[in-house]
Amino acid sequence: MTVAEAPVLSGPAEKLAARLAGSPLSGRASVAERDLPTVEVEPADWPETARFLRDDPECRYDLFLDLFGVDNLKRRGQRTRFEAIAHLHSLSRGERVRVRIPLPDPEKPSIPTVTGVYPAADWFEREMYDMYGFDVPGHPNLHRLLCHDAFVGHALRKDYAPGQRWFYAEEDFRMPDWARETDERAGHFETQTISIGPSHPATHGIIHIIARLDGERIVRAETMIGYLHRCFEKMSETHHWNGVIPYTDRLNYVSAMINGVGYVRTVEKMLGIEIPERGRLVRTILSEFSRIMDHCVCIGANLVDIGALTNFTYLYQNRENIYDLIEACCGARLTVSYVRVGGLAIDVPDDFVPRCRKLLDSIPGFLDDVEKLVTNNRIVRNRLAGTGVVSREQAIAWGLTGPMLRASGVPYDVRRARPYDFYDKFDWDVPIATTGDNFGRYLVRMEEMRQSLKIIRQALEIFPARGPVNSDDWHVVLPPKDAVYHDMESLIYHFKLVMEGIRVPVGERYEWIEGANGELGFHAISIGRGGPYRLRVRPPCFPSMAAFEKIIVGGTVSDAVATLGTLNIIAGELDR
Amino acid sequence: MAVIKRETLPAHGASPAGPIGPSGTDYLTTRLETMVAWARRNSLWPFPFATACCGIEFMSVAAPHYDVSRFGSEVIRFSPRQADLLIVAGTVTDKLAPVLRKIYEQMPEPKWVISMGVCASSGGFYRAYHVTQGIDEIIPVDIYVPGCPPTPEQLIYAIMRLQEEIASGKKSRDSRSAKAAAEQPA
Repeated sequence: MTVAEAPVLSGPAEKLAARLAGSPLSGRASVAERDLPTVEVEPADWPETARFLRDDPECRYDLFLDLFGVDNLKRRGQRTRFEAIAHLHSLSRGERVRVRIPLPDPEKPSIPTVTGVYPAADWFEREMYDMYGFDVPGHPNLHRLLCHDAFVGHALRKDYAPGQRWFYAEEDFRMPDWARETDERAGHFETQTISIGPSHPATHGIIHIIARLDGERIVRAETMIGYLHRCFEKMSETHHWNGVIPYTDRLNYVSAMINGVGYVRTVEKMLGIEIPERGRLVRTILSEFSRIMDHCVCIGANLVDIGALTNFTYLYQNRENIYDLIEACCGARLTVSYVRVGGLAIDVPDDFVPRCRKLLDSIPGFLDDVEKLVTNNRIVRNRLAGTGVVSREQAIAWGLTGPMLRASGVPYDVRRARPYDFYDKFDWDVPIATTGDNFGRYLVRMEEMRQSLKIIRQALEIFPARGPVNSDDWHVVLPPKDAVYHDMESLIYHFKLVMEGIRVPVGERYEWIEGANGELGFHAISIGRGGPYRLRVRPPCFPSMAAFEKIIVGGTVSDAVATLGTLNIIAGELDR
Repeated sequence: MAVIKRETLPAHGASPAGPIGPSGTDYLTTRLETMVAWARRNSLWPFPFATACCGIEFMSVAAPHYDVSRFGSEVIRFSPRQADLLIVAGTVTDKLAPVLRKIYEQMPEPKWVISMGVCASSGGFYRAYHVTQGIDEIIPVDIYVPGCPPTPEQLIYAIMRLQEEIASGKKSRDSRSAKAAAEQPA
């Protein structure tokens, strides 16, 4: 859609349009107002637009969040078959923009690289190449990222069958070019190239690092991912809106609840429905407990990697206790599937509040134990302080969010920057560290757990004892079972919802929340069917992992292990 | 089938070399296979091939609350060469399949495999272009554990079932290796 079709602009979109009109890009970039101000440019103008949006003093979109492809093959009213969509955020102004880049050639779609402007774009462009076959001229390392190297075709194209697999054998593995050459210099030991992973105790899941060592120092590294690429985005295209929820749980399975909340919020915004206060508070409380669980595993596993085994048992006990609460709510421990579009699967048990209060009493004791054991422990300090350093500028350039960004001194937290649910009503702080090292990230996570407890405590104070948790819009939410059995209308609603899914209005929307690892966003496109046409998830640890190979260069292998722990890589979310 | 009678079992905490037996005698009568099976079943050293969500539940099994050391399986090895029980916890993708195969081959005999969760058992609800539809496409499996993820109780039950089968001689694997060797062309 162009400006001519949507002439009325207001607020940020209007300002952006005026700014672009007075720039060298005038006439080549059009602005539309959607859920976000949307700039549309031709592929050839994309790098210049990116540079302008980053550097212009009134734009300053410095944080590169996302870049992904869309295949419009079965979507009506689109100019081109393929398009790319980017999301940029301005940390100083707190605003964001979407850039749409329609790719005119359906046979050989091509989009120039912006890695020169935003280093964070590197892996996102490789993913587009892998999933859609977009050529990215100028990209330094254009290879498949998620699918294996013997894969044929591009999986997220609409004409690719979801179940089509390809045989992959060990010989098909692509060793990076630089790793195959030996590096010999006169008067110098020969360097050696080692492979860390894919199955290695420190990789927490399946990650493969090829590293070149000079003695014990890493001089070059490349990370291979995709070992857990479970095709989330393709699978979501084959399911109803509610049927996607179990898949979202398995993105970041360490804090499953938060993913579900992020996803259903996107769909609810598209539908324009609000859910009752009680339902939103349950989501908030369980999300914050999930955040605590996530940080517990991250810190516990990180400390195990550097040899402090005891803490894991203390921290893990918190998880077990929180599991009891979650199991009482929804019957599952880990992968909860508790949220639904329009509310929750079922109401919380009667003793929900006392159970939460009991947890609020027990968790700080475990955290205190760990702090006493670790925070001033000399070995831990030696291992963590000053290693894996990410400066503020690097963190922004690499597109990091969440605890990684906050540990580098940028106080960006979605719950504060763009409060959703009740986060603006609670009194809590955004902890930051200024060192940007592993120890800073440890401290930020420890403090975040305490802030989460503070949020939960306040949420429990305003938690209504009775009341609905679901919206009463029966076009979206299943009517009560009793009504389904006894009245015809409810039965029809039930049938239509189960058989056809929710009718989400045609359009697209991006909604984002603060996941345990950073900004978790869902970009959904609906063409009015019962399920998503395209569902893009913006995985928070994807940019962190992309930055990993840059962070560890110059350090030792043991520092790399400590750093990998504080990045908190969750393979389900990284590879999707 | 050799079953150790209660009275022929070593007294708790005693070693076969020390004074054992019902009346402090220094010998016991049993069959070698029974003794070996008894040792094997109570010292299963797991290699957790933890790829995804199930790996987190495996952590629960290893953590104090469920405490798998009660079953002699707490010595978690991250080298396949030191392990005899491969627990495949989580989704295995086509990209990962050669890795899993290699790890299985690196484990010394006798070895057993538990497929934890539906993804490892059948691909689960990922009927998708990059997911192996069950690890039995590439390696033999002794025990399948359903669930997404299975609860820790389920995994512990699987370990107990495996112990029973090892003790009963059904899963000694020696017979399988012998059969495989016999089938190989000379």
